[in-house]
Amino acid sequence: MDLAFKPVVLWTDVLIFILVGLVSFFIYTLRRNPENRARWREVFSTKLGMSTFVIIMAYVSVALLDSLHFRSELPPAEGQDSEQVYYSNTVNSVLDLMLGEMGERQERTYSSPFSLKSWNRENIKTETGETVRDYPELTYGGQHLESPDDKALDIVFQSFKGLLLGLALASILIGIHWLILKRSQSDQPALPWSSAWLTFAVIMAIFGWLVTMGNLYHVLGTDQAGNDTLYESLKGIRTGVLIGTLATLITMPIAISLGIMAGYFRGWVDDAVQYIYTTLISIPGLLLIAASVLLFQVWINNNPSYFEVGLEKADAKFLALCFILGITSWTTLCRLLRAETLKISQLDYVQAAHAFGVSHLQIIWRHILPNLSHIILISFVLDFSGLVLAEAVLSYIGVGVDPAMASWGNMINLASTELSREPSIWWNLAGAFVLMFTLVLSVNLFSDLVNDAFDPKTKLETA
Amino acid sequence: MLVYILRRLFYALPILIGVNVLTFLLFFVVNTPEDMARAHLGDKYVTEDAISNWIEEKGYDDPLFYNSESEGLNSFSETIFFNKSLKLFAFDFGRSDEGRDISSDISDRMGPSLALALPTFVVGIWVNICVALMVLMFRGSRLDRFAVSVFVTLMSISYLFYIIVGQYSIAKLSKLVPVSGFNDGLDGWRFLILPVIIGILAGIGAGARWYRTLFIDVSGQDFSRTARAKGVSEAGVLFRHILPNAMLPILTGVVVVIPTLFMGSLVMESFFSIPGLGSYMLDAIRAQDFAIVRAMVFLGSVLYITGLIMTDISYTWADPRVRLN
Repeated sequence: MDLAFKPVVLWTDVLIFILVGLVSFFIYTLRRNPENRARWREVFSTKLGMSTFVIIMAYVSVALLDSLHFRSELPPAEGQDSEQVYYSNTVNSVLDLMLGEMGERQERTYSSPFSLKSWNRENIKTETGETVRDYPELTYGGQHLESPDDKALDIVFQSFKGLLLGLALASILIGIHWLILKRSQSDQPALPWSSAWLTFAVIMAIFGWLVTMGNLYHVLGTDQAGNDTLYESLKGIRTGVLIGTLATLITMPIAISLGIMAGYFRGWVDDAVQYIYTTLISIPGLLLIAASVLLFQVWINNNPSYFEVGLEKADAKFLALCFILGITSWTTLCRLLRAETLKISQLDYVQAAHAFGVSHLQIIWRHILPNLSHIILISFVLDFSGLVLAEAVLSYIGVGVDPAMASWGNMINLASTELSREPSIWWNLAGAFVLMFTLVLSVNLFSDLVNDAFDPKTKLETA
Repeated sequence: MLVYILRRLFYALPILIGVNVLTFLLFFVVNTPEDMARAHLGDKYVTEDAISNWIEEKGYDDPLFYNSESEGLNSFSETIFFNKSLKLFAFDFGRSDEGRDISSDISDRMGPSLALALPTFVVGIWVNICVALMVLMFRGSRLDRFAVSVFVTLMSISYLFYIIVGQYSIAKLSKLVPVSGFNDGLDGWRFLILPVIIGILAGIGAGARWYRTLFIDVSGQDFSRTARAKGVSEAGVLFRHILPNAMLPILTGVVVVIPTLFMGSLVMESFFSIPGLGSYMLDAIRAQDFAIVRAMVFLGSVLYITGLIMTDISYTWADPRVRLN
């Protein structure tokens, strides 16, 4: 094999791509239903729907790019047998490649945004041999400058370069899309593509700017260990998106099958299912999550041999967290599906199918499940933002994402002590907050639109 | 009514047993006491003796369900299941891993928790309903749409962010109130005012939005239209027709929370160092003190079920059509 890298497949990577596949399949089957198409058209016929969807897609694509992991090949050491190839112990992702060297530019400790010097005073030896107490220069941040006075001019110049790069890329892609749209003539009223393009252009410009500047300066400073805050925040996207989607995905089969069974078969099945979810609801959610996570941690520590690299351990813990979060939140969906199935199974066409001797499985598959699909989809979107927000709280309690994994929760946690330092360190909180807020806000706005479009009367419990 | 309550209590029993068995399985079967001991004493350099000492000290050395060494009923009572799980039903929580009596800790800490949670809850609901009613006055206007977008924005901000920024700007920068701490008696308001305000602010987005949807549902119904048509003022419609009819869904969401207020808020209490049950749980989780976690899980479920029963009873008070039998 001549590969210069070795792919690393994490469990969560597999699951997220399965999820993408499932959602695509779902959309494909839903497209055939004219009523569903009309509903979705309603969502996308608003400017807000278009823009928020583009933002969500941008987050999702970053998360997907960050889910393609590999270990790059190490250059052969001196006197080493050339047949044997060694791989680096750090696991990288495709996103890391796109961001350039942003993740590798490690400083010693805190530094403020665009700063050339460290945040802490240290003892420095000058050329004459004296020891001076001053702010040491950063190893990477802004070191391409010839003199510190050029900084302002350089920032303006590089900003232009980055923005133009992003805009150029965006306009090419938008142009291609425009051409495709122009060719396919449809009799439907046009969707507000211009707002989607505008959002896309803004995102690309920001991304271009961040990548250009992030490789020259520390745009959002560095954290205590000297990692670039911007890079950490961007890596947090994968954690946020995955926790919002996987937690629901993992337990959705349970919720769907139990909910339909309870509503369809009634009798003792219904009693049993209701008993299960009432029991689970009555346990305080946070405590159940905390207890389960702690127990899983004990298990991981007692079985270290299952994990090859540190990231795999963090990933297993993350997956367990998703699962546990799902277990505590599937009950709402299950209850809704049960109620809806109860209603549908009384309808005439289901009764008629019974009379024709259609099997239970066939009835559920043909007549009941398709009529529940919008509830499943809406609750998937509605749960998302709550789960992203919950991650931060769980990390604060100490049962969240592994500290080895970048996450907004972990970043926000440190912020309360960092803020009160002198001068206060705000950039960690700001970085995590802005990215998290944008994602949650877009999802909330989008899910509102979806909810309105599908059923103005459905009362889904919004947290 | 009494018969109804008794029957509901009887129905609650299987659920509590379910909770009990589930926690038992989680804490003793999935992870054996030996695993716990290892986790507590550290993974490396721990001798078998130290582990068995720890297990014996905490009383985890009995068999799980059936003790074949004892006789008669004792073979059931001298087991972990009996001592650690069934005794919870008698509110006998036993001792924490540090050796403190959990029951007395809980009763000491309920007060401070309630001192924080009750004002946040009551004033919070009042503020949410007032905001929602005000927005309802301008239904369909630009102001309404603006208010809804503000609600969604407020909802999208992490709870932690409210606390961190609130504590930093009000207590640390402006020095208006102490940063954290607690004091019994009336003097304690200085410590509580900031967390209460932050708690209310953090809840406005989701709360007011929920009430607004509720009120809009009710105000679209025929009786509201009739009331307007016969010349009742807008305020009259709001308070005499919409609010009472929205009472049932409001109670469904609100009453169930009341008993769980005793449990306090995990995050808020730890940020403001209030010695309530929330910070108690947090400390237990961080110290991996599973005895406390088990006790709190059970207590929480009891309180939640109490809340459900209270909700049903409150329906009869809010809606004369509802009869419990």
